[in-house]
Amino acid sequence: MTNTQIPAVRPKRQVAEAAPAPRPSARERGTRLLAALFLAPTIVGIVIFTVVPIVGSVVLSLFHWNVIDSPTFAGADNYREMVTDSTVLVSFRNTLVFMVLAVALQLFIALTLALAVNGRMPVWLRSVFRSAFFFPLILSAASISVVMKYLFNQDFGVVNWLLGLIGIAPVPWLTSENSAMAAVILVYVWQQFGFSFLLFVGGLNNIPKEIHEAASLDGATGLRKHLTVTLPLLSPTLLVASVVGIINALQVFEQPYVLTNGGPGDSTRTVVMVIYETAFEQLRFGEASAVGVLLFVLVMAVTALQFRLSRRFVHYQ
Amino acid sequence: MSQATLTASRARRTLAPWARIAGLAVCALLTLGPVIWTVSTSLRTPAESFDLPPKIIPTSPTIESYRGVFDQIDVWLLALNSTLVTALIAVGQMITAGLAGYAFARLEFRFKKPLFGLVLATMMVPLQVTIVPVFLVLKSMGLTDTLLGLIIPAFPTAFGTFLMRQYFLGMPKDLGEAAMLDGCGPWRTFRSVYAPLATPGLAIVGVLAFNYHWNEFFRPLILETSGQNYTLPLGLVSLQGNLGTGSISVVLAGVVLSMIPAVAVFVVGQRPLREGITSAGVNR
Repeated sequence: MTNTQIPAVRPKRQVAEAAPAPRPSARERGTRLLAALFLAPTIVGIVIFTVVPIVGSVVLSLFHWNVIDSPTFAGADNYREMVTDSTVLVSFRNTLVFMVLAVALQLFIALTLALAVNGRMPVWLRSVFRSAFFFPLILSAASISVVMKYLFNQDFGVVNWLLGLIGIAPVPWLTSENSAMAAVILVYVWQQFGFSFLLFVGGLNNIPKEIHEAASLDGATGLRKHLTVTLPLLSPTLLVASVVGIINALQVFEQPYVLTNGGPGDSTRTVVMVIYETAFEQLRFGEASAVGVLLFVLVMAVTALQFRLSRRFVHYQ
Repeated sequence: MSQATLTASRARRTLAPWARIAGLAVCALLTLGPVIWTVSTSLRTPAESFDLPPKIIPTSPTIESYRGVFDQIDVWLLALNSTLVTALIAVGQMITAGLAGYAFARLEFRFKKPLFGLVLATMMVPLQVTIVPVFLVLKSMGLTDTLLGLIIPAFPTAFGTFLMRQYFLGMPKDLGEAAMLDGCGPWRTFRSVYAPLATPGLAIVGVLAFNYHWNEFFRPLILETSGQNYTLPLGLVSLQGNLGTGSISVVLAGVVLSMIPAVAVFVVGQRPLREGITSAGVNR
């Protein structure tokens, strides 16, 4: 379409829209009423349980409140307190470290396996592999973390026994400040990589076969073909997988709560654990809300940054 | 091309698939390993629980641990609570998402775009950020420490609404137009023409809701304070707390019991589940 055609069409539409609307017919009124009824449960629910709470969080973060006594205005106190509270600061650092490592590992494993599964093999075998990698996703993070606590036990855990087979000394996984986060990350990634894996399998299937054939004819093989041809074509899927992966990782709770309860020390305490403890164990609702608001800002900022960066790297066909 | 590189590339062509499949098999075994270990250990006697190397096939299999779970916690009550919560949320989400998705896809009304924008935006809001005010809202309604307090806030689903909108948009418009010409009003058009066609889409919403809420831990942990309102994941974590390290096979038997419905849904609903995850890349 040439540019000159667009203005020729537009004014017509504008005139049509600007004309005084005729009185709605009975049918139109019926449609509107139906729309209102259909939307009511969703919109009312979202307003009560998401929109109002977001505003509520911001308001609450300006007060001191323990639910029992009446709230007192705190101004920026909660925020000031937050940036000087070492536990809160450590929890943000832990969460960021967790996010970077967990998402990187998850995407790497998922992409490698998706490329491998996408290769030539019998159909039934492919679906066996696909189901296997997808399986942990259906399990409860809390109860699987209970299981993992035994597997990562220093003395009788299967993980250390396996490491022993290849000559690695037992690691005090959950009891040392140096390795507890590694265990939390491994458990999380084990359960979550299937999600990115499914996205990648879907993304790879959408890449037209001819492009790969053309690349092969030009002499591209193996890793090189993947790096120069597959990855750019897969970049929209990579963007979705990393955005969702990051949003989920910033909310990690079950694994550290069950595996280590934030310890040893504060080494695996995450932001959501701090929100939970501050609000529901210490009954400091204002302080907890301030942490929540900061987490929200962080999620938004990281996502916005990602979309901005992706403009340079994501290729749409 | 020299003779050497030719042979090398031929070797890669014949060897690589086997190496790749063997590698995948090892990865699949590592992925399923913890689950296999859980099932096999739950069938061992407590004395054999810590055997290394772990025996996949127990030497003297026993369901003693499963009896132990029923002695330690009220499995029936927990399962009933979990079933009630999960089933009602799944059905509720299918209804709300089906209706709202249809309205956004096929009905004309004012503020359609901003309202849809609002729904999409809430997909970005982490549950944990709003949990304190949500708790207070529920408290003011008298719904804390009730199962209803878990169920009602979970009815609206931004992702489900989005998914159903896409689903209805994918259906031919002429069907509805033909129905209108035959004298169907907007409600009849929805009820007799489009709603029956939407069943597979609704199944995706239902299976996703089941999977997520059956396993849910964070909201029940905060909302349910008395044991009689616990759901299975809460009960299991508390079971582990009661026991110390003595009889892990009992804890693992509990984990296996709680997995059974999830695995059943996985077997039956694998396709809808996969499609739901792949279609928009959001898991809650």
